[in-house]
Amino acid sequence: MADTTNPDRRDFLYIATGAVGAVAVGAMTVPLIDQMNASADTLAVSQIRVDIGQVAVGQQITVLWRGKPVFVRHRTEVDIAEAEAVDWQVLRDPQPDSARVHAGRPEWLVMVGVCTHLGCVPLADRGDYDGWFCPCHGSHYDTSGRIRKGPAPDNLPVPDYAFINDTTLEIG
Amino acid sequence: MSHESTYQPNSGAERWLDARLPVLRLMHDSFSAFPTPKNLNYWYTFGGILTFCLIVQIVTGITLAMHFASDSKLAFASVEHIMRDVNFGWLLRYIHAVGASMFFLAVFIHMFRGIYYGSYKAPRELLWMLGCVILLLMIITGFMGYVLPWGQMSFWGATVITNIFTAIPVIGTPIQEWLVGGFAVGNPTLTRFYALHYLLPFVIFGVVLLHVWALHVTGNNNPTGIEVKGPQDTVPFNPYYTVKDAFGLVLFMLVFAAFVFFAPNALGHPDNYIPANPMVTPEHIVPEWYLLPFYAILRSITFDIWFLSAKLLGVIAMVASIVVLFIMPWLDTSKVKSLRYRPMMRPFFFLFILVCIGLGWVGAETPDKVLFALGDFQYQMVHLGLTLTAAYFAYFLVILPLVGILEKPSPMPASIEESVLKGRKPAQAA
Repeated sequence: MADTTNPDRRDFLYIATGAVGAVAVGAMTVPLIDQMNASADTLAVSQIRVDIGQVAVGQQITVLWRGKPVFVRHRTEVDIAEAEAVDWQVLRDPQPDSARVHAGRPEWLVMVGVCTHLGCVPLADRGDYDGWFCPCHGSHYDTSGRIRKGPAPDNLPVPDYAFINDTTLEIG
Repeated sequence: MSHESTYQPNSGAERWLDARLPVLRLMHDSFSAFPTPKNLNYWYTFGGILTFCLIVQIVTGITLAMHFASDSKLAFASVEHIMRDVNFGWLLRYIHAVGASMFFLAVFIHMFRGIYYGSYKAPRELLWMLGCVILLLMIITGFMGYVLPWGQMSFWGATVITNIFTAIPVIGTPIQEWLVGGFAVGNPTLTRFYALHYLLPFVIFGVVLLHVWALHVTGNNNPTGIEVKGPQDTVPFNPYYTVKDAFGLVLFMLVFAAFVFFAPNALGHPDNYIPANPMVTPEHIVPEWYLLPFYAILRSITFDIWFLSAKLLGVIAMVASIVVLFIMPWLDTSKVKSLRYRPMMRPFFFLFILVCIGLGWVGAETPDKVLFALGDFQYQMVHLGLTLTAAYFAYFLVILPLVGILEKPSPMPASIEESVLKGRKPAQAA
């Protein structure tokens, strides 16, 4: 009898049931979606130390950091001069060379070796700007790792790193 | 078209079942007595062929899953284990891999047939759009399947395709890291792609049921594009089209078998027999042949427009190349369905096929390959890609609406019956 004499009570129960159901479904989507994000062990390996004492001038080593290759380049005087001579303000991703290396150590260029276009690994000492060339879609980077030509939108990213001493580099 | 049921339960058991679950009646009305236009040609057998392809992929896929290991340390070796040790494993894997290519070959022919005879037009818009959904699901499933052997092309293909999402401003990189489950493609990516590669074919199966349901509401289109007017225009599906479909299927299986037994790797890439290495990108990344036209569109744009980067524009163009198929029924302004009676539109259709094949060629080549040079100007592969991308979109956005208005259609037969009895030129016969 209550449903005909007091419709408000039934309406309230409908809405309350629906609301609780919606909240429950909404709350359950959080774990279902978040489980696909990087897991704790993936996040844990985020810092590495690299011995750079053996890297000769003009040489480059590639180390794996967070599943991505990182280029550690010991640049020559010519490389540095070429990178600093560029009129950087007209570049696609304007950045001076000094913003991409640590002060007082312009010979060390450290950057994530993943093309900012679609994630391939660019090849060293190739391309039109004496730097890197991505074989996938033809992006050219200069001796500072800045994008100069091709489809990539940004410069090769420089990760956080520090010089522990003259021969040890900490990335991350 | 909907029609009266002609099912007659002949035994007590059939009557008992019919009163409780009329599944035999549904089968009889859908695939036996179903009235079908009497003038369907062999291009119409690809619907049946595609059903066969889906079943082949599901059956071989489930058997392969019994031997495959979805762990980045084991996956490559487990595929070699299938090839060398598992009884008939080589056969199952080659059928599955070649089967993916055959599936796409059949679906492209099926779609070009639909475009030629105007099968996407009213009242079959939803039928066409469900087909586009199936194509999209096939592309996703095929891509994820190609990642599973965990070779160099698997790894770098997955890297390039998931990086497409980083083109989206602000939320792009979080989406990409969510998709691959880390900062780069790795074991979590392989595991989830395997789970989804197993799931999606059954989703496709569900959409195929909707596709067939929609087909059975409106009835088949036919080469004249004229709607069925009465029983004189149709024949029952069985035996007329069961036999025709079966014959078409046998011819298709000849091609299928030729690839499986004589050239099983012809459609794949040799680099995928090199185990995945995150430190070295192959010299030249290419997707499977059936994705090449879309890949060419993706990388055809190398210049920024306003605040939109070249990368984002390439992604937008690639997504748009599939989205435009969905709105095709409303872009075509012609009242005539079949290109048989559209003399101005017909040459554009064949040009469109050439554009699609051309895009596939561009997708397979390196972008800076020089085609010809005029003085200082070099016409490179990427320029051809841009030209063909423009042509691809022009077909849908300019030609389709415009030609429908400008064109004077040729004389059409009064009915399917008349076209069958008097041939294709009723005006002369009359």
